[in-house]
Amino acid sequence: MSVKTIATQRASMNIPTGRLGVWWVLVSEIVIFGGVLVSYIMHRLGHVEWAEQAAYTNMWAGAFNTLVLLSSSLSAVLAHQAAERGDGPKAAKLLYLTILGGGIFLTVKTFEWGHEIAEGFTLQSGGFWSYYYTAAGLHAFHVMAGMAVMAWVASSARKNQELHRVENVGIYWHFVDIVWIFLFPLLYIAK
Amino acid sequence: MTAHAPADVHEHAPAHEPEHTPEHGHAHHRNYVKIWAVLVVLLVVSVTGPMFGIRVVTLAAAFGVALVKAYMVAKNFMHLDVEKPIVHWILLVALALMVLLYGALAPDVQRSAGTGWKKDAGFHHSFTTSKPRESGRHGEKSGASQPGAPGTSEHDKP
Repeated sequence: MSVKTIATQRASMNIPTGRLGVWWVLVSEIVIFGGVLVSYIMHRLGHVEWAEQAAYTNMWAGAFNTLVLLSSSLSAVLAHQAAERGDGPKAAKLLYLTILGGGIFLTVKTFEWGHEIAEGFTLQSGGFWSYYYTAAGLHAFHVMAGMAVMAWVASSARKNQELHRVENVGIYWHFVDIVWIFLFPLLYIAK
Repeated sequence: MTAHAPADVHEHAPAHEPEHTPEHGHAHHRNYVKIWAVLVVLLVVSVTGPMFGIRVVTLAAAFGVALVKAYMVAKNFMHLDVEKPIVHWILLVALALMVLLYGALAPDVQRSAGTGWKKDAGFHHSFTTSKPRESGRHGEKSGASQPGAPGTSEHDKP
């Protein structure tokens, strides 16, 4: 009879292992997105003419997507709240609602990018568009990854299992939300 | 009884133990819908900023509000205010590295000209001397490094 040992708590730091792991992931994400955003800001300040290219981005599409992500963050934290109370099925439903938010975000982005590419603005159309597609694309990839992990967490939460993971995936999702909170003014408002 | 039964104690543990700490439980007394409503109002503020047509107002509304929104999400949704000190420290180190990245690179990247080179309107580099990388001359001591200084423009021609 074998026993599977799982370290669930870091004794020296008094923090659950899973949650600490998520924070470490986010630290690396700060470096990744921080590098992209910082280099964008540096080049944007040196490129007055980028404002003309930024004028073509659709602020209302960006604002709508911000509203969608903020709302999905609400459902994610409500899922955490439900998990805290031991209500796995409710937490799962709220996680599925969060995934729906991610789906709406990506759908809007698809139409937005499709329109911009049709207008001739591609990754190679200039420095601004290179940053635009790189930063927003990297963010969209993180949204997709979050949706996939969330679906996996929801499937076990539905059966009242592994409820602590609801909080962990929520922390990641809120971080993705925060990244978009900064991308929105950088790419859509500052023109 | 299956062999993995002891593991189930961990894997299927209720949410409040051991992965949920008491301080995180207390965090759940917050009114999340109200916090979300404030975030939406802030979003409206950032969108209405550009309508005034004043650049300073636009930027202040956009980036000022972004900072407030990010703070609110981190504090209330990620529960950073009740998180362990180790998390604060590792996040601060990452943010400090980001600021260091900007501080170390910006003085060079954002310059329009330097010793033996300058940037055109398209932000492309062009060398202004036939010896752009002379050893020992990197820096700002040379008067020729400034735009319009003698000896810089003649060498631009191909």
